[in-house]
Amino acid sequence: MYTKMLSLRFPPSAVNEPIITNLIRKFDLECNILKAVIYPRKEGLAVMEISGHRKNYHRGLHYLRSMGIKVESIAEDIKRDDEKCYQCGACTAVCPTGALYIERPAMAVVFDKDKCSACELCVVACPARAMEVKFNKSLLD
Amino acid sequence: MAVKRFSRTIQEINQKIKQGKVVVLTAQEMTDVVKQEGTEKAARKVDVVTTGTFAPMCSSGAFINFGHTKPAIKAAKVWLNDVPAYAGLAAVDIFIGATEPTEDDPLNRVHPGQFQYGGGHVLHDLLAGKAVRLRATAYGTDCYPNRKISKKIGLADLPYAVLLNPRNAYQNYNCAVNLSNKTIYTYMGVLKPKAGNANYSTSGHLSPLLNDPYYLTMGMGTRIFLGGAKGYIIGPGTQHSPGVKRSKGGAPVTPAGNLMVMGNLKEMDPRWLMGVSMVGYGCSMALGIGVPIPVLNEEIARFTGVSDAELFTQIIDYGNDYPKGDAVSLGQVSYAELKSGMITFRGQNIHTVPLSSHTRALEIANILKGWIEKGDFFLTEPQVMLPTVDRN
Ligand code: SF4
Ligand code: SF4
Repeated sequence: MYTKMLSLRFPPSAVNEPIITNLIRKFDLECNILKAVIYPRKEGLAVMEISGHRKNYHRGLHYLRSMGIKVESIAEDIKRDDEKCYQCGACTAVCPTGALYIERPAMAVVFDKDKCSACELCVVACPARAMEVKFNKSLLD
Repeated sequence: MAVKRFSRTIQEINQKIKQGKVVVLTAQEMTDVVKQEGTEKAARKVDVVTTGTFAPMCSSGAFINFGHTKPAIKAAKVWLNDVPAYAGLAAVDIFIGATEPTEDDPLNRVHPGQFQYGGGHVLHDLLAGKAVRLRATAYGTDCYPNRKISKKIGLADLPYAVLLNPRNAYQNYNCAVNLSNKTIYTYMGVLKPKAGNANYSTSGHLSPLLNDPYYLTMGMGTRIFLGGAKGYIIGPGTQHSPGVKRSKGGAPVTPAGNLMVMGNLKEMDPRWLMGVSMVGYGCSMALGIGVPIPVLNEEIARFTGVSDAELFTQIIDYGNDYPKGDAVSLGQVSYAELKSGMITFRGQNIHTVPLSSHTRALEIANILKGWIEKGDFFLTEPQVMLPTVDRN
């Protein structure tokens, strides 16, 4: 399962296309729309969560871009909820940058935010779901 | 001339606890004392060694009685926050298992599934003071006519809630690698292809059963730390198998013993019982367990003095062998090597990943030590010992 929170900016030409229906039907993706507006000049903005198989997700994204839609991730950064984190180390299996690492010999699991590339791989790999994606909420206002 | 061997009894230890004279060390501290002073001196000096482990323990759950309703119901199907509970018991008794996902969970339909919420999360929410939605349906009887209930309940509303885990605190566990060509999602965590990482899950020298490898001090009735409260060992776990290969020091080199434990859920703490989601595998529950080991003689002092360098496990391929049911050892590693962060496997350096929390395990051993020192926790005599094997 692959989930991403995205902002979609539609050119006027794409506003009347059944884009969401196509994402669901043709690419087998789930779409959860958090916001959708059409501005006076017929440009549109949608903020939505898309989830599904990674392959389908990429095909769906390709389709959106082919429609002239500007797609951006609204993930700002990753933070760790230290109340939830029980310091196991499972996340260090997937972290590609070494932002999550184990300090020896105490075996404390450290999160070095400066090294984090916000790839989000740790989010589901953490059994306690302590790694959270922070979104740019200003887009939802 | 026969030398009289040193020994002490659990009653003597409890007497010392009462007098405030008991000497308690964590298993980590005991390792150093035994190394520096030898087993005989350590045995004379130390009365109790405390252990700890905190990790996902799937074979866990709780018996709950949710109280009679008006009109009365003989619940046939029950859900707590949409997680199905087993209701094939008396009218309002249920068992909720830690790995049960919510009924409408997409599971692995889109692989790897996320398994956001399950039985372990329900128990954590109850401990955290949250109300959960209880739903039940029934076919209706003359004495229990009600066919449907739905209400919010909190832990305090439940007449009875007891954690009863059929299999916890595994004595040793596999070190998992993945020799296939794709990333796999297992109960041993995420395993990258071509042995990209090696995952393991015990607290090594702090682990309860690795400090008493032949179960000489544990059995039905042993009082322990369970989920932040006092609980009890009530028997061997569902896969207790003492008859495996052991190292010279006596510790098994593969998974061996395990415990069935119980304790009053209402006394537990959400910090020590947490719902977990193993991506692509399922829901589970991370739980804290600590067992106090009475140092009854020199042999037990030697066992509790074990270090990570003397504890071993087997490397198993979860990519091909394990799923086929053909798990074979691809090599043996010590916990000292695993905890170093890197092992060498087939000439390749592999990054190691713990799933069991070392810092939490140590915290448990220290809490238990504090309880005993303060006289809040007395040791109990086990009434029936766990099945074991002859010592070599
Ligand atoms: S996997 Fe999650 S709980 Fe474990 S150390 Fe990483 S962030 Fe903490
Ligand atoms: S988001 Fe990626 S880089 Fe950042 S901590 Fe998680 S796994 Fe590491």
